Amino acid sequence: MSDGDRPNPDALLSSIQREEAAKKRGRLKVFFGMCPGVGKTYAMLEAARRELKAGRDLVVGYIETHGRQETNALAAGLPQVPRKQFEHRGMTLSELDLDAVLARRPQLALVDELAHTNAPGARHPKRWQDVTELLDAGIDVFTTLNVQHVESRADTVRQVTGAEVRETVPDGVLDGAVLELVDLPPAELVQRLQEGKVYLPDRAAVAATHFFRESNLTALRELSLRLVADHVGVDTREFRGNQAETSPWKTAHCLLVGVGPSPLSEALLRWTRRMADGLHCRWLAVHVESSRVLTASAQAQLERNLATARELGAEVFTTTDDDLVGGLLRIGRQQNATQIIVGKPVGTGWLEWLRGDRLLKRLARESGDIDLQVVRAEKGTGGAAARVWLPGLASSFQQYAFAVGVVLGTGLLNLGLMAVSGPRVPGLVFLLAVVLVALKVGRGPVLLAGALSALAWDFFFLPPQFALTIQRLEDAILFALYFVVAIVLGQLVARIRAQEQAERRREERAVALYEFTRDLAEAASRDEVVWHLVTQVNRVFQAPSAVVLAVNDQLAAHPDGSLTLSEKEFGVADWAFRQRKAAGRFTDNLPGAGAFHLPLLTERKSFGVLAVQWADQDLTLAQRDLLETFARQAALILDRVELRTAAEQARLLAESEKFSRTLLNSISHELRTPLAASTSAASALAAAESLTPEQRAALMNEILEANTRLNRVVGNLLDVARLESGQVRPRLDWHDARDLVQTTLRELKRELASHPVTSELPVEPLLVRLDFSLMQHALGNLLLNAAAHTPAGTPIDVQAALSDGRLRLSVADRGPGIPAEALPRIFDKFFRGSKAPTGGSGLGLTIVKGFVEAHGGTVSAENRPGGGALFSILLPQPDKPPIVAPE
Amino acid sequence: MTEQETTKPGPMALVIDDEPQIRRLLRVTLAANGYRVADASSGQDGVVQAAQRKPDVILLDLGLPDLDGLQVLKRIREWSRTPIIILSVRDQEEEKVAALDSGADDYVTKPFNSAELLARLRAALRHGQPQGAEAIFRTGNLEVDLSKRVVLKSGVEVKLTPIEYGLLRLLVTHAGKVVTHRQLLQEVWGAKAIDQTHYLRVHIAHLREKLEANPSAPELILTEPAVGYRLLCQR
Repeated sequence: MSDGDRPNPDALLSSIQREEAAKKRGRLKVFFGMCPGVGKTYAMLEAARRELKAGRDLVVGYIETHGRQETNALAAGLPQVPRKQFEHRGMTLSELDLDAVLARRPQLALVDELAHTNAPGARHPKRWQDVTELLDAGIDVFTTLNVQHVESRADTVRQVTGAEVRETVPDGVLDGAVLELVDLPPAELVQRLQEGKVYLPDRAAVAATHFFRESNLTALRELSLRLVADHVGVDTREFRGNQAETSPWKTAHCLLVGVGPSPLSEALLRWTRRMADGLHCRWLAVHVESSRVLTASAQAQLERNLATARELGAEVFTTTDDDLVGGLLRIGRQQNATQIIVGKPVGTGWLEWLRGDRLLKRLARESGDIDLQVVRAEKGTGGAAARVWLPGLASSFQQYAFAVGVVLGTGLLNLGLMAVSGPRVPGLVFLLAVVLVALKVGRGPVLLAGALSALAWDFFFLPPQFALTIQRLEDAILFALYFVVAIVLGQLVARIRAQEQAERRREERAVALYEFTRDLAEAASRDEVVWHLVTQVNRVFQAPSAVVLAVNDQLAAHPDGSLTLSEKEFGVADWAFRQRKAAGRFTDNLPGAGAFHLPLLTERKSFGVLAVQWADQDLTLAQRDLLETFARQAALILDRVELRTAAEQARLLAESEKFSRTLLNSISHELRTPLAASTSAASALAAAESLTPEQRAALMNEILEANTRLNRVVGNLLDVARLESGQVRPRLDWHDARDLVQTTLRELKRELASHPVTSELPVEPLLVRLDFSLMQHALGNLLLNAAAHTPAGTPIDVQAALSDGRLRLSVADRGPGIPAEALPRIFDKFFRGSKAPTGGSGLGLTIVKGFVEAHGGTVSAENRPGGGALFSILLPQPDKPPIVAPE
Repeated sequence: MTEQETTKPGPMALVIDDEPQIRRLLRVTLAANGYRVADASSGQDGVVQAAQRKPDVILLDLGLPDLDGLQVLKRIREWSRTPIIILSVRDQEEEKVAALDSGADDYVTKPFNSAELLARLRAALRHGQPQGAEAIFRTGNLEVDLSKRVVLKSGVEVKLTPIEYGLLRLLVTHAGKVVTHRQLLQEVWGAKAIDQTHYLRVHIAHLREKLEANPSAPELILTEPAVGYRLLCQR
């Protein structure tokens, strides 16, 4: 069997995982119609009865029968979960009791009218969010929906019917759902309507006559049929994709659409979503933030637009660039966009038209291989958002007073000046004063200063004095010019200041982010990550925050948080963690909470939640963006910390496995060889009677030799085991280093017999602090190593000396030296030189290193000039040797 | 239990070791060298045998299954001065030193060679005899007259300082046996100096300088790592 025939195991695994995840999540079935009255609820109830008969555990979460008898009859007998009552402005509203259904955990729940808006106080503002939570909990859901409530189709419906659509459901909710079209020919529907079989609320009744025109219905029917057809397309494609293991996107298309503070953006977004649906490709919504200051309403519109983009399923990017085209293209290139969608310039004024035109031309010129799609954007409902290009700086009373004061002062100065200079120079002085004022204060005071000074100049200085009239044409022109210059100058200065401030804010954000990233990069533990996150949030936003982290899927508040979470807030955090969505204040999930809860998410998993107690009234887009970036960064580092820990454990495991394997190999060889020698020698002694005394002695010597070797191997193994388990703790005492060398040499006399050994030692006792036994082993191993790796007859030199507060013990030989490639690894466990003689476990030098390092010392190996190897042990001797007085 | 007395005349050795192979081996080795041998496989049995058989020397393994070797030693020492030689393995230095300081006479480290073991046994037996050491001690080319306090190296008198002589005297009276650091420090400098090991290092070095044939390769006063010193006994 060739490898090519086999399915790629990784791909297979991820496919299975996807299927399992889908299995775990509940399935959504939508009974889909073109408009109210086609019988969606009825169809849903019929389907539910079939499921009930088939033995499925189902409950009715919420059904709106509008009092119709046929529907009521169908709903009767189905198990119900009582609705939850909400009091709102004296009215009692009943809603789906989400928690009750979740607690009941049926296999299937019926929840009518997906686009419904919940009563204030419910967990989510929208019912589709309730349904999403049910699905996430693994509960299947039947629901109903009309085509006009689908976000991306809402615009078209409005164009066709002229009716405003307020309640919409994001297209993303329908991804993966089964759509069952409940169809009724328009003529029949009109008939049912006339027979009064269609329930309509009173306020809709008037609009209804217009809405239910047959031409409208035909258009709506076509719209819903097309949507359902497209949707089936997604299903089959995905199915086929699964079988054939191809990429989820059939095409490599990627659409990019710019999002600005214009109400036109919303329509453009819907259009792009439809197109992305058609192409089955990903799409990006990009906002390029510039230094221009937006009015509050424009800012709100921008945030609405971005929220819409997210709901429609776009990948939303925000970037900062004063060059709109440059920013768009940069993101486009980074994300491999294939098409950029732009709206046709439809501005009202010539200026706006000119700007739009210029933008298009630049895009066309610079977009390179990215295609450009220009579409006609319908004007939305938001109303034109006037752009302010002047900063609305709050001008306090002091600023106005300051402006007036400066003009007054300048006036007085000018009075003195006029005597020598004539009436025109004061004008320039006034102008200078206005510019200076503009440097200090906001727009209002600047205008005031400009106007005041102009009038003052005219009144007090220009002839005729003390009159607002001007005699000479020359002066009139000067006065008019003065007025214009003063105001333009003031504006320009104010604008520069505003840009500066915006720049500074952006700079602050960039710095905050940079610092955070830099600090985090060094974080090596969860605690450090949390500490940096809390500190940075506190520093940048002056807001207390808490971090809850998951340990074995249980959330626990981290002690470093500067905010204590109440039980209720903890519940919100838990929800945000489980659902992997932002929750609490400023969100659509549990908006009644006091804090803003952001999950710490990576693609791999959810690590916990960052909860921020926000003091201000609202959270701006930039602030939210920065907070989300913080949370994402922190999650990435948490992920890295976790992965690194896992990798470290895996490495240790692998190393210990390798150790055991090598140990076994080494033991089997190192123990068996001497065992074999001594066994055969002993049996030879026992069996043969005709041995000469010499042969007998030789055999006995073999046995002794083999056993000595065996003893040494076992000793080495035990030493390594002790070192591995960290049990080696030197017992330091004063010793004569010469005694150490001499005793070691004496005990190894037999082993060193074939090498002339010279020792170079001081004449007087060399008192050093060390563990005699450990160092005797270390030095002994160096000597044995030298004897084993050098030809018989070559000398071995041992030295002991104290210098610079360190004891140096060195063993030098005149053998072949150490191969360069072996030098860095020579002290590694089980490392054996390629030319090493047999016998030797590869542990001797490791033990030397271990024992020496247990003393806080170092051991090194090098090649001697003139041939041979030199091993040096350096032991620190921080204590001065005690003086032993002569008697 | 397994004791089968060899009826040869000679000193009796009691072997207390839980390993049958070691007991068998020692029985053969010791019997071949003129010892009568009794053995015990547990600490309890060892204490009983020591009382009943009144051995001349005891070989005691430190790693026994029932009683700690050190406890067995202390129990026997409560009523008996019989020389005790410890059988230890490597890396039992602390227990070894503790046993020596609690009254054991010497030790051998497993695996031991039989010549070494027999030498230790002889030294232990000699010191166990009531008549005490002879006044004149000879080993190699060294001669020490304990009564006259005269030390001769190859027939030439060597001048020793009082401390050096004190050390040498202690080593000579325990010739062939290990003398622990503690014993030496206590005997020569007094109980207060028990942890002043550097005195010992320096004065032993000086002693070697004066007495050893080749001071750079001592053969007379041997270092027992982590335990003490031993004066080699060559007759």
